[in-house]
Amino acid sequence: MTIKQISVFLENRPGRLAEFTKVLSGNGIDMRALSLAEASDFGIVRIIVNDVYNAATVLKDAGYIFSITEVLAAPMPDEPGSLSKTIQILGDNDINLEYMYAFTTRKKGMAFMVLRVEDNKKAIDVLSRNDIRTISQEELQEY
Amino acid sequence: MERYYQPEIECASREQIREWQSERLVRQVKNVWDNVPMYRQRMEEAGLTPDDIRSVDDLKKLPFITKDDLRDQYPYGLLARPLSECVRIQSTSGTTGRRVVAFYTQHDLDLWEDCCARAITAAGGTNEDVCHVSYGYGLFTGGPGLNGGSHKVGCLTLPMSSGNTERQIQFMVDLGSTILCCTPSYAAYLAESIHERGLQDQIKLKAGIFGAEAWTEEMRHDIEEKLGIKAYDIYGLTEISGPGVSFECSAQKGMHVNEDHFIAEVINPKTGEVLPDGEKGELVFTSLTKEAFPLMRYRTRDICILSHEKCSCGRTHVRMTKPLGRSDDMLIVKGVNVFPSQIETVLMNKGYAANYQIIVDRVNNSDTIEVQVEMTAEMFSDSLSAVAAKEKELVDALKAMLGIYAKVKLVNPKAITRSEGKAVRVIDKRNLYQS
Repeated sequence: MTIKQISVFLENRPGRLAEFTKVLSGNGIDMRALSLAEASDFGIVRIIVNDVYNAATVLKDAGYIFSITEVLAAPMPDEPGSLSKTIQILGDNDINLEYMYAFTTRKKGMAFMVLRVEDNKKAIDVLSRNDIRTISQEELQEY
Repeated sequence: MERYYQPEIECASREQIREWQSERLVRQVKNVWDNVPMYRQRMEEAGLTPDDIRSVDDLKKLPFITKDDLRDQYPYGLLARPLSECVRIQSTSGTTGRRVVAFYTQHDLDLWEDCCARAITAAGGTNEDVCHVSYGYGLFTGGPGLNGGSHKVGCLTLPMSSGNTERQIQFMVDLGSTILCCTPSYAAYLAESIHERGLQDQIKLKAGIFGAEAWTEEMRHDIEEKLGIKAYDIYGLTEISGPGVSFECSAQKGMHVNEDHFIAEVINPKTGEVLPDGEKGELVFTSLTKEAFPLMRYRTRDICILSHEKCSCGRTHVRMTKPLGRSDDMLIVKGVNVFPSQIETVLMNKGYAANYQIIVDRVNNSDTIEVQVEMTAEMFSDSLSAVAAKEKELVDALKAMLGIYAKVKLVNPKAITRSEGKAVRVIDKRNLYQS
C-alpha cells in the first residue's frame, strides 16, 4: 500500500513558504504532514493531504510546479527502537532510503513514518514479511 | 615632462597623418582586393573597384564588416598573406561559435608592440622601469601585447600573467615593480590585498595601465589612491590587433587612437552614416598597416565619441572616450564576451523554458554572473539530489559554452519580471558605462 505525496518547488526567498501555506489554508486544505528539504537556493516542500486531487488543482491554479509521488507510510509503535528496526530491515534488504519523515495523527494518536524508496513494491514485500504494515491513501483518512 | 615613444609620429601634424592614412588606405584596399575574396566580393556588390578609393575621404564608400563576417570566414577566410608568412595567432575569449582568430606576421607583431610601447611611454615608462604584466598570457592579447611593448621601451619586464595574488605582491615588493599592467578589477583587488597585508609602504608602483574591461572614474580614483599611482586606460580588440589600438596620456581625457595604423570612425549604428566629432555612435576601425589580417571598416559594437580637439599632452592623434555602451547585447564578464543568446541556447538544449534573466554584478571587484531560470514541471521531481544534479548539469553546460562559471538560480514559474509582456533579459548592476 502506498500514499500520495505532493512535492512542491519553492525558491529560497523570504516569504515563499508563507505564501505557499496561505494558498493551502485559503482553500481549506488540511496538511497531514509536511517536510522541507532545502538546497542553497531552492527548496522542496513535501506534503501529505487527504484529498490529493483537490490540493493538486489548487496548486496548479496558483501556478506552482509540483509532482505527485507514491510513498510508503508505516505506522510505528511509540516505543524505543521501532524506527531503528524498520530502517535496519530496509538496509539488510539492500533498499536505499532516499528520505523519510514522521507525522502523528489526531484521531487515533498514532505515529507514522513516510518512507521514500526507489522500489515501492520490493520495500512493501520486505516490510510486510517483517510484520510492518504500510497504509493506503483511503486508510490514511481514518487516522 | 610628457614622454613619447615615437614623437615624430605621435605629434605629427594633422596634414601629415591624413597623408599617411590616404596613402596606406589606398594600398590596403588594393591588397585586400587582390588577396581576400570576401572583400573583393563585397566591393563588387557595392559597385566599387580599388580605383574608387583615392584618399581617406573615400573610406565611407567601403562596406562595413562585422563579427559575424569574421565568424563566417573562420579560420582562414580573411587571411591576406600565406600562412608561411604568419608567425602568431591570438584569439578572443568568446566561445566556439563566436571565437575570432587573428593572425600576425612578424611585421604585424612589431607594429602592435610599438602601439603598446607608446602606451607604456605615455604612462611615464622608461628603461629604468620594472613593468609588471599581470594580464593573462596565451591566446588572450593582453599579456603578449603589453609584454612586447614593455620590451620595446626597455623596461625590465615581469611576465607575471594573471592569478596567484600572493606571488604577485611578493614580486612587486621584492623586485620593485613600478608599472602595473592588468585589468582594472584585478588592480583593485591587488590594491585591497596589499592594504590587507599592510604592504602599501613597500611597493614602488607609480603608474598602472588598465584595460580589457569597462571601469568607472570612481574605480580609477579608488585604485590611484590605494596604490599611490596614476592609472591609465588602454583600449584594444583582438580583431584589430590587441591592446594599444588607443591609449590614455597624462591628460587622462580620452584615449589617443594610433592613427598611423588605424582609422577610427564613429557611425550611427542604425543608418551607418558617419558622425562628426562629439556625437555618440558606434566605433568602426580600419587597419591600415596590418599584413596578415587586415580589417576594413570593422564595426566594434562599442559606443563612443571621438574628438580631434588639441590635447594638452602634445599628441595630435584623435581621442576616443571610454566605451559608453554597446550597440549589441554583448556583456563583458570577467573579461570574457558573453551573449545572452548563448545562454538561451544552453537553456533550450537542456529543456528549460525560454524565461530567464541574467544578472551581472561586481562583488569585491570581481564580476559575477547569475542566470535565473524558471522551474518547469518536466525538470522537477520530489528528489532534492535529482533537481540539484540537473542544476549542476546546467552550470556545467553554461561553463562549457561561456568559458566562465555562471551561477544558476532556479526560480518559481512567472517569477521573472516581464515588462509589457517582454522579459527583461539582462540586469547589469555594475553601472560601468557612464553617460
